[in-house]
Amino acid sequence: MKKALMIATALAVTSSALAAGKLEIFSWWSGDEAPALNALVKLYQSKYPGVNVDNATVSGGAGTNAKAVLKTRMLGGTPPDSFQAHAGQELIGTWVVANRMQDLTPLFKSEGWSKVFPADLIKLITYKGGIWSVPVNVHRSNVFWYNPAKLKAWGVTVPKTWPEFLTTCSTLKAKGVAAPLVVGENWTQQQLWENVVIGTIGAQGWQDLWSGKLKFTDPRVVGAFTTFGKVMDCANKDASGLSWQQATDRVIDGTSAFNLMGDWAAGYFTTTKKLAPGTGFGWAAAPGTTKVFVMLADSFGLPKGLKDPTETMNWLKVLGSKEGQDTFNPLKGSIAARTDSDLTKYSAYSKSAATDWKSSKIVGSMVHGAVAPESFTSAFGAVIDQFMAGKDSAAAAAASQQLALRAGIGK
Amino acid sequence: MKGLSKDRLWSIAVLTPSIILIAVFVYGFIARSVYVSMTDWGNDPAQALAEHPIIRWVGLANYGELFTGFLQGRFRQELVSTIFFTVLFIAGCLILGLGLALILDRNPKGEGLWRTIFLFPMSLSFIVTGTIWRWMLQPQGGVNMAPTLVGGQPSTFGWLSSTDAVLKFDWNKLPLLTASVVGIVLVVVAVRAAQGGDRRRTIVAAVCAAILLLWALFVGPNIKMLPAPEFHGFNLALIGIIIAAVWQMSGYTMALYLAGLRGIPEELREAAKVDGANDYGMYRHVIFPLLSPITLSAMIILGHISLKIFDLVYAMAGPDNINTSVPALNMYLTSFRQNQFSLGAAIGTVLLILVAFIIVPYLASQFRTEEGHA
Repeated sequence: MKKALMIATALAVTSSALAAGKLEIFSWWSGDEAPALNALVKLYQSKYPGVNVDNATVSGGAGTNAKAVLKTRMLGGTPPDSFQAHAGQELIGTWVVANRMQDLTPLFKSEGWSKVFPADLIKLITYKGGIWSVPVNVHRSNVFWYNPAKLKAWGVTVPKTWPEFLTTCSTLKAKGVAAPLVVGENWTQQQLWENVVIGTIGAQGWQDLWSGKLKFTDPRVVGAFTTFGKVMDCANKDASGLSWQQATDRVIDGTSAFNLMGDWAAGYFTTTKKLAPGTGFGWAAAPGTTKVFVMLADSFGLPKGLKDPTETMNWLKVLGSKEGQDTFNPLKGSIAARTDSDLTKYSAYSKSAATDWKSSKIVGSMVHGAVAPESFTSAFGAVIDQFMAGKDSAAAAAASQQLALRAGIGK
Repeated sequence: MKGLSKDRLWSIAVLTPSIILIAVFVYGFIARSVYVSMTDWGNDPAQALAEHPIIRWVGLANYGELFTGFLQGRFRQELVSTIFFTVLFIAGCLILGLGLALILDRNPKGEGLWRTIFLFPMSLSFIVTGTIWRWMLQPQGGVNMAPTLVGGQPSTFGWLSSTDAVLKFDWNKLPLLTASVVGIVLVVVAVRAAQGGDRRRTIVAAVCAAILLLWALFVGPNIKMLPAPEFHGFNLALIGIIIAAVWQMSGYTMALYLAGLRGIPEELREAAKVDGANDYGMYRHVIFPLLSPITLSAMIILGHISLKIFDLVYAMAGPDNINTSVPALNMYLTSFRQNQFSLGAAIGTVLLILVAFIIVPYLASQFRTEEGHA
């Protein structure tokens, strides 16, 4: 009898320990980004002690490998407790439309997040009346990077619009700069494309494009393709062989004048290249997008089919809290998605980005999954490649429109 | 009860598990993939990853999309690239492998060491090879800097980033080109058969050739698979990848040839010498004919490697470079990034058919020789 009782208590203890104890975090944050995630896990464990956190990282930049692993797990019926996805359509277009996620609107209400996250951001993570993920960080992808000393030597300033850029481009070419703009592999070209489009048709036009109000075959968008073609004429010819770091290197060494890259480049300049912000490297919003913040964000959602969602809910609460965001972002090199973050913890570049985050019009990036589902983004690379081969704006616009229809944009 | 002796029962019992496993996990899954390729699974993003997706039968629509769809130009370029890649890769490996084997067959000093050195690349995975060669083929480094060692200007060839292509043709003319080439081959066959005195063969080949050529003349030029011309050719960026692949696999071809050369009895060579053959004559009439089965095996093995190649390209040029892309890469991206499972399965099936083109004749010939021996 005594023995049986002991066994029963032992079982009870183990089972309660199991209930109190497991959270699997599925992300692609490894290498440089791992310390930021670890700090966040530490914060979580100090708030909810006794939880056994399983860090299921699948390495590979931008989740190239993680996403495939995630798909097999979801299809196999064993979703991770919480997984990373780019905020917006990448999550919505893949998992929300497939009815695999839970609506987080109640969480946003109870935590009062609707007031601290910008309304434009909330709109990007909303679909059919529900809010589907908690953004942890924000990156800006419409930044022009340059070398201040070199620009002075060439006697040019950062262009404010794309037509102005083309003029600057011919000035620089006349001075012997073979490639005034440096671009890298395909996704950096897509990033350039989206900034040319936003800079040409404006933030509102960009939003209309993804809500289906504006067609890709509209003359304005076709015109943006043509401008993109001209901009690419200013760029290096060996683009597809360069990683984004190798591309920014050419700005530092003065081979090229400008590079368009997300603000993770700031971390590369300061940490890896030991350059001082403002003097060693300079930045400005991409031409035509001065008052626009093109954003991408990493976020976590709540998958359906979890046995005990409490731990995951607590994890999401930590992610959205001011403390959580200010722990994570200074280490990751991004800024907080909340507008009330403690700016003293951030670098000089991040401070300026955080100021813009509060005051600019916010739109989502296509290439980083905020406004378009994966089925569009992933196939769009081939459209850009084909466009570069023939420079046929109308055909590229028609192909994009067909892709958009297939991906269900504007439905 | 001769059919059910103890040995026989025993062998059936031992073989059954593997037969079942292969039936399910190889042929069952092939059948499943082919089935999926004829559905619309994933064409609607909302259904792609749903728990109980609605999947409809669409027949050959996905294949039609791949070969004539406006959006699938990438796939068509990849098919063309694969053909060029396969031909050049096999030719490179065979020539280099045979050359190395012939040199080693002359018993140079330190032969064992050379053999190890040449065979070593094969022990690396394609990912490692790809990474090494990506470094060497950097636009501003590695191979391009080699001329500076002797005081020259660095080369500017874009090994993996070139966007130029040669031997371009319009995809719309593909039926025309195919019909013409096959027609001309049939004409040659007919002429040869006529010379050999095989009357039936001559007539059949001549009639087929005439039909094809007439079709090519009158119907072919009017066929438009795509609304606009679409040009595909041999992308120069592939050269870097071919070099890396040849580097990896030529040692293996060398080993095959070396084994073949060593297997040729010394008496044959001596007999040839006695008959007055010089070195060239001996290779031309004695050794190379004896090596032809090895050439066939090597072509089969290299051919299916090159058709299925994925990791080398992924490591060297990344997944999003259309100029170096191959169908296997597209299959992965289409299935697991775009969630278009049926289209991905269709690409997979096309690959399977291509590989079958190489493997099935080989298996058939193997089977025949085995039966012949038995």
